[in-house]
Amino acid sequence: MYPDTPIFAYPEYQKYAKVGEVDFTNGSREEFIMIQTMLIMMGVGLFAGIAGAILGLGGGIIITPVLTLMMGLDIKYAIGASIIAVIATSSGSTIAYLKDEVLNLRVAMFLEIATTIGGIAGALLTGVLDPKYLYLLFGALLVFSGWNMWRKLRRGQEALNNVKADPIATKLKLNGSYFDKAEFKRVDYQVEQVPQGFLVMLGAGLASGMLGIGSGAFKVTAMDTFMKMPLKPSSATSNLMMGVTAAASATVYFFNGSILPNIAVPLALGILVGAVIGSRIMQVLPARVIRMIFIPVILFIGLQMLYKGIIGG
Amino acid sequence: MDNQSHQNSATENEMDHIEVIIGRILQIGVVVAAIIMLFGLILLLVHDGNGGYPVGHQPTTISAIAAGTVALKPYAVMMVGMFCLILTPVLRVVVSIYAFYKEHDTLYVWITTTVLIILCISFIIGHTV
Repeated sequence: MYPDTPIFAYPEYQKYAKVGEVDFTNGSREEFIMIQTMLIMMGVGLFAGIAGAILGLGGGIIITPVLTLMMGLDIKYAIGASIIAVIATSSGSTIAYLKDEVLNLRVAMFLEIATTIGGIAGALLTGVLDPKYLYLLFGALLVFSGWNMWRKLRRGQEALNNVKADPIATKLKLNGSYFDKAEFKRVDYQVEQVPQGFLVMLGAGLASGMLGIGSGAFKVTAMDTFMKMPLKPSSATSNLMMGVTAAASATVYFFNGSILPNIAVPLALGILVGAVIGSRIMQVLPARVIRMIFIPVILFIGLQMLYKGIIGG
Repeated sequence: MDNQSHQNSATENEMDHIEVIIGRILQIGVVVAAIIMLFGLILLLVHDGNGGYPVGHQPTTISAIAAGTVALKPYAVMMVGMFCLILTPVLRVVVSIYAFYKEHDTLYVWITTTVLIILCISFIIGHTV
C-alpha cells in the first residue's frame, strides 16, 4: 500500500467512503443550505406580503426576480412559487380586510366573472395570439394608469360622490363605503363606468392568463382608474380577486410539479404573516401615501411590459 | 333622501353580516392551511432537510400525497398544506354564495354562482390542455 495513494482509490473502500462522505459533509452542508434557503424565503415572503397587501399586487414583481436572479431557480419553479405567493397574499390580507370591511365584495364578485372568463380565453388563445401585442397594449394601459394616478394625487380627491349616481352601479349595488383609519371617518363612494371596468378586467384576465404577470396591477387599474373607486377599497378588492383567479391555475402547477414545497412553503408562511401585517399598515396609511408608492411601481411594471413588447416578448 | 339613506344602511348591515361570516370561515381555513404547512416544515427540519423522496422529487398525485402524509413524509405534508391554501379562495366563493343567499340577494347569488361555475370550467380546461 502506497502511503500517498488516497484511500478512495481502492475499490473496496470506494463504496464505503462515498456513503460516509454523503452522510458527513453533504448531510450537514445540505442542511445548512436548506435552513438558509428557508430563512431567506420567509424573509422575502414577509416583505412581499407586506408590500403586496398594501398595494393590492400579487408580489410577483418582488418574488420572481429574487428566485430567478438571486437564487438561480428555474423560471418554471419561480412561476409556481409566484402563484402560491399570490394566493397567500390574497388569503392573508383578506382575513384581516373582511373584518375591517374595506373590501367591496359585490364589486369583487361582479368583476371576477370578467377576469375568470378572460383567464380561460387567455389559456385557449396561447399560441394563437402574439403576446407581443398584449405586452404593448397592457404596458401602455399601465403607464396611462400611472399618469392618471399622478393626476388623481395632485387633485387630491379620493372618493367619487356625484349628485346623480351611475345607474348601472346602483342597479348592481356596487357603491360602497369604508371606514378610513387614517382619516378617522367613514368614506362613502360611488362607482361609475362599470362596462369599461368590466372590459378592462376581461382584458386583464386574458393578459395575466397568457403572460402570467400583472394580475394585481390590472385589477387596481380597472377599479381605481376606470371605475373611480378610492384606492384603499380598490387595493383590498384586488387582493381578494387575485386569489380567486390564481386558484384555478394553481392546481395545474400543483399537479405538474412546478410548485416546490421546500421553496413555496416557507415563502407562503412568510407571506401570510406579512400580508396580515401589511393590511393593518394599509388601513392606517393615508391613501395619498399608498398612491405615491403605487405610481412608480405601476410605471415600472408598465414600462417593463412595453420593453418586452418592443424587443418581441 | 331619507328613504335612500335608510336603504343604504340596510345594505350596509347586510354586508357587515356577510363579511363577518365569511371572515370567520376564511380565517379558520387559512389558519388550518398555515398550521399544516408549518407542521410539514418542522418535519423537514427534524428529518435534516430530507423531504422523504429522492432529491428533486416530490409527490404530485393525490394518491402519492395521501400515502406520504400517512407516513408523515415532510414533502407530502407540505403539499397537503399548500393544497389547503389553494382551496381557501374557492372556499371564499362558496361561502359568499351561501351568505348572499342568507341575505336574500338573489342577483348576487347568481353572480357568485356564475363565478364558481367559470372557476370549475377553467379548472377542467387547465387539466386537459
